[in-house]
Amino acid sequence: MVPTNYYVILSAILFGLGMFAFIFKRNIITIFMSIELMLNAVNLAFVAFSQALGKVDGQVFVLFVIVVAAAEAAVGLGIIILIARNRQTLNVERVDLLKL
Amino acid sequence: MTAPLAVFFVLAALAVIGAVSLILQKHPIHSALSLIVVMVALAGLYLLLGAEFVAAVQIIVYGGAIMVLFVFVIMLLNAGVEERTSLSKMAGAPGLLLVVALAGFVAATIAKSTESVHAAPQTGEIASTSGISNMLFKDFVYPFELTSFLILVAVLGAVVLAQREKS
Repeated sequence: MVPTNYYVILSAILFGLGMFAFIFKRNIITIFMSIELMLNAVNLAFVAFSQALGKVDGQVFVLFVIVVAAAEAAVGLGIIILIARNRQTLNVERVDLLKL
Repeated sequence: MTAPLAVFFVLAALAVIGAVSLILQKHPIHSALSLIVVMVALAGLYLLLGAEFVAAVQIIVYGGAIMVLFVFVIMLLNAGVEERTSLSKMAGAPGLLLVVALAGFVAATIAKSTESVHAAPQTGEIASTSGISNMLFKDFVYPFELTSFLILVAVLGAVVLAQREKS
């Protein structure tokens, strides 16, 4: 039996790495992938607690999170294609029309 | 060290290495392949936790559909090596501070609540696929129907966003 703490600590590490990538990467596609990494980290915590408490609720929530992530990927990649078409770049530093 | 613990450490190391590789790689397609490694490792961890259905969905939807979409868009846009620009003032020291603060907060919370979660006796049938489907189609049937509507809206949004504008 692996202690539940280990899973939660791994989940926290993965979430922190995803947040680090979200803040420090400059490519918009990589930033989007780091969001997926954070969602995966939360899913791991859900499943770990679901197993620890002996309830299925957590796994059902994981399914909902995966569905929302799929919808988000479809819309987000559509937006990325639009940005790449209009600005000719994938660097978020150059997408600064709202900047003063 | 028991066998499940050894498997856990191998898969956890694989996931963390994949996540670090996602950060270090300069080319987006290398980052995408690293993310696939993380997702497969997480699917293995779900199997270890006894969540077979979630593991299968993870492989099929995440490793299959979503990452193929990512790789497809990277190739469609012909994304090259990430160009280095000087970090903005927000992303420099405050960003690192924020990440460290979050990690410290989470670690402190976990360390404090070590005793609060007791591992329940393994009940093989409660976490089975039929248990999940019972819960999904009885207790969570309205959210389930709402997600189908959400997917419909997302598909329409993606088609409208990505189509060529007529001019």
